[in-house]
Amino acid sequence: MIRTEEMLLNVGPQHPSTHGVFRIVLKIDGEIIKEATPVIGYLHRGTEKIAEDLQYTQIIPYTDRMDYISAMTNNYVICHAVETMMGLEVPERAEYLRVMAMELNRVASHLVWWGTYLLDIGAVSPFLYAFREREMIVNMLNELSGARLTFNYMRVGGVKWDAPEGWIEKVAEFIPYMREQLKGYHQLVTGNEIFMNRVKGVGRYTKAEAINYSLSGPNLRCTGVKWDLRKNEPYSIYDRFDFDVPVSDGGDAWARYQVRMAEIEESLKILEQAVEQFPKEGAILAKVPKIIKAPKGEAFVRIESPRGEIGCYIASDGKKEPYRLKFRRPSFYNLQILPKLLKGENIANLIAILGAIDIVLGEVDG
Amino acid sequence: MGGEKDLEQLKREAAAKAKEAAKKRQAEKAAAEAGGTREPVKEESEKATPANEEDDLAKKKAAAVAKAKAAAAAKKAAMQQGAEGEAPGNEEDDLAKKKAAAVAKAKAAAAAKKAAMQQDTAGEAPGNEEDDLAKKKAAAVAKAKAAAAAKKAAMQQDAEGEAPGNEEDDLAKKKAAAVAKAKAAAAAKAKAAAGGAGAGDDEKAKAIAAAKAKAAAAAKAKAAGSAKTGGDAEPDETAKPSINQPFLDKYTKVIEKHLGEGVLEESYINKLSKDVPTLVAKRDSYFKVAEFLKYNEQLSFDYLSEIHGTDFETHMEVYVHFYSYKNSQSVALKVKINRDQPEIESLQPLWEGANWPECEAYDLLGIKFTGHPNLNRIMLGEDWVGHPMRKDYEPYDVEV
Repeated sequence: MIRTEEMLLNVGPQHPSTHGVFRIVLKIDGEIIKEATPVIGYLHRGTEKIAEDLQYTQIIPYTDRMDYISAMTNNYVICHAVETMMGLEVPERAEYLRVMAMELNRVASHLVWWGTYLLDIGAVSPFLYAFREREMIVNMLNELSGARLTFNYMRVGGVKWDAPEGWIEKVAEFIPYMREQLKGYHQLVTGNEIFMNRVKGVGRYTKAEAINYSLSGPNLRCTGVKWDLRKNEPYSIYDRFDFDVPVSDGGDAWARYQVRMAEIEESLKILEQAVEQFPKEGAILAKVPKIIKAPKGEAFVRIESPRGEIGCYIASDGKKEPYRLKFRRPSFYNLQILPKLLKGENIANLIAILGAIDIVLGEVDG
Repeated sequence: MGGEKDLEQLKREAAAKAKEAAKKRQAEKAAAEAGGTREPVKEESEKATPANEEDDLAKKKAAAVAKAKAAAAAKKAAMQQGAEGEAPGNEEDDLAKKKAAAVAKAKAAAAAKKAAMQQDTAGEAPGNEEDDLAKKKAAAVAKAKAAAAAKKAAMQQDAEGEAPGNEEDDLAKKKAAAVAKAKAAAAAKAKAAAGGAGAGDDEKAKAIAAAKAKAAAAAKAKAAGSAKTGGDAEPDETAKPSINQPFLDKYTKVIEKHLGEGVLEESYINKLSKDVPTLVAKRDSYFKVAEFLKYNEQLSFDYLSEIHGTDFETHMEVYVHFYSYKNSQSVALKVKINRDQPEIESLQPLWEGANWPECEAYDLLGIKFTGHPNLNRIMLGEDWVGHPMRKDYEPYDVEV
């Protein structure tokens, strides 16, 4: 009989498959994980503390650096929180620009996930395809905002820049192209036997567990909860678009894969309608005072980011800086379930499970 | 060669565009004037057209200068109107024809909008009948407003025709608008002063008003801002209850029925936060209320969306946002705790999702969550001195 001893294995903080600085201390028995202890905080920059000394507009660039894969939604959530408190009406054109930017960013974010996830579990070429298409989106967002990742695009009451000439057409052209590419992705990966063996039944949890662990986004929808804040608590102008909320009921990595891939298509649907309805002219910024002051009181708003429910809590004492700012960061909440998922798993599945949660460490650590 | 040709063509195109813009402007002015002088407008466009064919830049410059002048003249006129309550402004006859034309234009536009604006101001300021002076002021305000509005409309028109070269123009217009605004504020202030103290002296009132124009504007903005909150707090609530009011009533009723009266400190609809029903639990019944919110069949708030703490200096506060997937309803639960010894029951036994956020609150604010299985300094590490999100936090550095 083979006798094995319990052993400590340290993964990270610098490990390519964690996509950032994330450390897990594993207690293993042979190849079986007995206990996993995530260690986070390596990327904690104290955004919330810094924000207490900043005016609302000045906070926006800091939100870019939380979830840097999908900065547009972060931009939006803080603007949305302040707008909600002030009762601001955002001009229509601005709302369309915001929605297009956010949906493009959502597609880009899911592409990054798709590429890197497959890279993690051993398929190299999907990464190249995903980043080819993502590059096009990043370029479009660059044209819109002047930055590839840290957009700093939205403002309280609207957006900073209008769409440059021909930008809408570019988006319109991109939609059918992306649909075509997506078919290629499915041909390349979905259903591939090796891939299916790596993801099917791996990292499974139930609907009740997902809710209990405060999971959101694709991590929640993969258990069959048809819940999307864009649909269920519509913000911005999402109630004007016809789109579906993809769900799957497997609760495993495979289900999460399916949900995310379907979400790209839904985002393209929204983009298509937004391009169609885009108002020819109009203001891109509401009439806001030069110095923005949220009224005294507190507010908590939540929106749907590619990773789940991103929220923003503001307590204001009527000054131009927030008294307290708190972000509900989806990656931080979603990652909590990891020790539970890893327990009893084969060590080879660690990467497949972690990757399927889709975390961004900048957001985990705040 | 080709490049030159392109340049030529571009120039021609730009000229055509400018012509079109000029025409548009002319048409607009003609409509606004309704019997006023047309010639100056024509003259301007004629002046602009030949210039275009020669040089794009020169034309743009000329246009910008003309516009800036026009704006300045309009500003002057508006000021005079404000001072006298009438509209002379024709003294500048000896000035350049362009300038005069611009003044006439601005005035015509103002006149066109005056009637409508006066109606507005009449609606806004009910205290008008009291004082003759006040009336005059109101008229001045209307005029200033009209001028600003006209300018804005013109600005938008211009922006379509010719994007560059607008900067000068914009600046002048903005200035004019700012003056008009200040004027309006001053007038409002003067009116208030006249109504309150009965100080009749026009000039004196104006001097005071001018000195305090800035303050008045700021106060106005503030009032507008706080009107929302203040208005929400009292009259609005009685006028039209929030759609979530029945839910709040239900929650408080069910909670008080099962847990007894006095477990809640207060309960209200938070209008700033999308009308979320907010419950403030007493320190001792916080866990009980949370537990009840989760397990009661009627409430079943199964999802903890967010939990964090805030240092309000007088006390610490823990804010929890719940959601019920069954009932599609949100609720916020708050609890105030002692700031010097912040300690509260952990919600981790009820919602696993509260695990890390409570660690974060412990790390950054020093709130101890009793009953938490693994309360650690999740972000900063165990050797960090102090809790940064506390308002009295002083960074500790060994080397300093």
